[in-house]
Amino acid sequence: MTMALSMTDTSPRPWRPSPLWLAVPGFVLLVVFFAFPVARLLVLSVQDAQTGGFSLASFARITTTDVYIRVLGITFKIAGYTAIFSLLLGYPLAYWLARMPDAVRGRLLLFVMVPFWTSYLVKTFAFMLLLGRTGVINDLLLGTGIVSQPLPLINNEFGVMVGMVHAMVPLAVMTMLPVMTGIDRRLVQAAQTLGASPVHAFWLVYFKLSLPGVAAAGLLVFISSLGFFIVPAFLGGRRETMLAQLIIAQVQELLNWSFAGALAAMMLLAALVSCWVYDRVFGLSTVTGQGSDGKEASGRLRLAGLALLHGLASVCALIAMPVNRLFGPRAGRAMLPAVSWAVIAFLVAPTLIVIPIAFTSSQFLEFPPPGFSLRWFETYFSSPLWVQATVRSFLVAGATAAAATVIGGLAALALARGNSRWNGAIFAFFLAPMIVPRIVIAVGLFYLFAQIGLVATDLGLVIGHTVLAIPFTLVTIAAVLKSYDTRLDQAAATLGANRLRTLFLITVPLVKGGLIAAFLFAFITSFDELTIAIFVSGGVKTTLPKQIWDDMILQLNPTLAAVSVVVFAIVTVLLLVAERVRRSP
Amino acid sequence: MTATEMIHSTPRSVGGAMPKLLIDGLSKRYGNVTALEPTQLAVEKGEFLTLLGPSGSGKTTLLQLICGLVERSSGRLFIDGVDQSDTPVHQRDIGLVFQHYALFPHLTVAENVAFPLKMRGCAPGEISRRVKDALEMVHLGHLGDRFPRVLSGGQQQRVALARCFVYQPSIILMDEPLGALDKKLRDHMQIEIKRLHRETGTTIIYVTHDQEEALAMSDRICLMNHARIEQIGAPHEIYTRPRTAFAADFIGISNIFRGEFVHDAGRPRLATPHGIFNLPEDVSATGKGGALVVRPEHLRIGAASPNRITGAVSEIVYAGSETRVIADLGGGTQAILRLWPGDPVPQIGETITAGWDANSAAFVP
Repeated sequence: MTMALSMTDTSPRPWRPSPLWLAVPGFVLLVVFFAFPVARLLVLSVQDAQTGGFSLASFARITTTDVYIRVLGITFKIAGYTAIFSLLLGYPLAYWLARMPDAVRGRLLLFVMVPFWTSYLVKTFAFMLLLGRTGVINDLLLGTGIVSQPLPLINNEFGVMVGMVHAMVPLAVMTMLPVMTGIDRRLVQAAQTLGASPVHAFWLVYFKLSLPGVAAAGLLVFISSLGFFIVPAFLGGRRETMLAQLIIAQVQELLNWSFAGALAAMMLLAALVSCWVYDRVFGLSTVTGQGSDGKEASGRLRLAGLALLHGLASVCALIAMPVNRLFGPRAGRAMLPAVSWAVIAFLVAPTLIVIPIAFTSSQFLEFPPPGFSLRWFETYFSSPLWVQATVRSFLVAGATAAAATVIGGLAALALARGNSRWNGAIFAFFLAPMIVPRIVIAVGLFYLFAQIGLVATDLGLVIGHTVLAIPFTLVTIAAVLKSYDTRLDQAAATLGANRLRTLFLITVPLVKGGLIAAFLFAFITSFDELTIAIFVSGGVKTTLPKQIWDDMILQLNPTLAAVSVVVFAIVTVLLLVAERVRRSP
Repeated sequence: MTATEMIHSTPRSVGGAMPKLLIDGLSKRYGNVTALEPTQLAVEKGEFLTLLGPSGSGKTTLLQLICGLVERSSGRLFIDGVDQSDTPVHQRDIGLVFQHYALFPHLTVAENVAFPLKMRGCAPGEISRRVKDALEMVHLGHLGDRFPRVLSGGQQQRVALARCFVYQPSIILMDEPLGALDKKLRDHMQIEIKRLHRETGTTIIYVTHDQEEALAMSDRICLMNHARIEQIGAPHEIYTRPRTAFAADFIGISNIFRGEFVHDAGRPRLATPHGIFNLPEDVSATGKGGALVVRPEHLRIGAASPNRITGAVSEIVYAGSETRVIADLGGGTQAILRLWPGDPVPQIGETITAGWDANSAAFVP
């Protein structure tokens, strides 16, 4: 061929929409019902209630008495201790799980997942039954004559810490685990062939590599703990009052919006500062599981850290040697599983206490139950209040799950298909409802809903819960799309399928498991949700968690145990289903 | 015909017949990186054309531009004379066989093969008949109800072929389709693909980085390097008359002797560090110099030829059907020669002299 053709091309190409447009519905929802109300709450905190002008009066009021400062201090202290203890208990368990073969780990992980998704209310109720003055433990101790006076296990710092750590260990484990399974175990072996003792190899190689996961877990636990109110309300005493409880009181009893806003602003600030510090040291991407971007604490800080690890390793080696001599290496190897099973027992066992009590024949919450009876389940199912609350919770959770799966799924698709430089920022924004304390979102939404007439409506609940559930659906669906082979979509296109048919005939069937899992996670999120429900579901339109909360404040009774068993059973079954479909090909 | 006429009228090859595929200045840039320089290429109907080149040479980019999976930066593309530059992938009527097959794991073998027919709205009866024919064509008629994951690699490859041939696309592209198979299966599937090509008479554009595969299968080879076409021609043409040192080096084993022209008794010869050699008769010496390309099978130990090299044997490689001798020529250069049948095997360290017939060598600038 002797064609001397030009390479000019001037024909305009047809416009093809960027995949990022798929994230628009979620983006709009989050701007209107998350970013805007939270921002407005912060503005309220610096506004004069009467004139609307700029005023620091609310913040000034915080500093006038030492009550608020003290509560802030208590909140930080409890959140900090919770983070530390959750890491101490969670690390060995996560380490143990990470060493398991994939299939075994999947099954053992349920011992972490079930407590993670079990309602805080149910867990707290269980601890009240266990630790109370006339609770199971004191009963046993008095009955066997070990103590003559009931031990003060509840309504003090001990009770709060037990409840908080119990609630947060699963989050810590689930955050650390992906980092640990990503560590190449051959590196530890390599260190040993190079002359490191097992103890040194662990601290200098494995522990060092797992640190981003540890830090991420610490951050998430700390931030989540800042906003806790259920546990301190029931397991703590006066001296363990936390910030979130004050905010609720300000809104519900005193209707002091600007002061509630100021308190919320402090909490948000605390959360953001923790994130900022974390980002400086480790980089935020480790939280979202997107892998480190190579950012390392540089220079002297890094060397000091390594020296510290070296010291730790030497100290541990010193301890390990005599222990090994004394008990033999087999005892040493049995330690890790023993500790891990102990942590699992701590996570699972307390909740199970509600089961025998739900079937008691007694009027009272006594243990062991004097006889078997279904009367409390009958009470539950014959009470219109309870039944309506249950039905409402189901409907709201179903609608929330559908909305959050579609919106989160579209956003995940947008992020997986588009490779814009905005991807990171969009991902972070969609995860933000997980980072911002729920109480802040709830108060902000309440203020907004009050103005547009969505308080005490199911729609308001669904919107609020969808905001909270979107991070979970996005992460779940993004995970399956990450391992999805996009060449299958290309193949479908070359075979003649347009984008829509490719989506519904190829992509959706292949990520079905992830979609169902996302749906169920969103369902559980909504089904268990209390914070928003406290504000938004008013009067008769109450949800199940709200009804439990009200009853627990009023009077503990065996009906609560029956309700707890039902909630626990529903969540556990949904979770088992979600895990199964997620794993099946 | 001028360039502008070419673009605005129906494209035509010199012979008057319309090429099946005409690529006119197609290029692809990612920011500052050029994945494909503006490229001209015409493929005739029924031709088996191979895009051959090292990774990063632009062959896969060219393939993806042809089927529309990546957007062009410039240029146009005609199929049967119709401008298809802006036709979306799913309407281009091009078949693509993927490197890792890209079979849909949630569909059975038969459903996979039926997929393109369903997309084209064929009647159910026609679909089942054509699926059956296509599966029988690749000898998989009995496996239609299986899922792809239970099939062997070779069987999956056949399904991918059936799924492509079943809707009779006007051009079939294959992206290293045999790359994941072991050697023996690969040889077998090469013959299968040749058979399908012959039986269907379709136009195939085949991407590979395996030069043996390219030589064995193609009507023409399009050799690519540095995001552009290096040489295009029939396999024997490229093998015996490489036009560049890259082409000589990439296809087959070559001994390349670089040097400058000297005029010796009125005849131009090439002065290299290893001797002064005669040029092939059809080469005219223009420019300062170039390189002679001598294939191992044209070098013979002890040959009485004016073109001779001398070196110490450093390695002897026995490869079943042939034995190769590697000789150290000094100055860091090695020569590879194929032992002729019946010639004695030299010892390692032995100094040998080997020569070749001037016309068996190729000259490249």
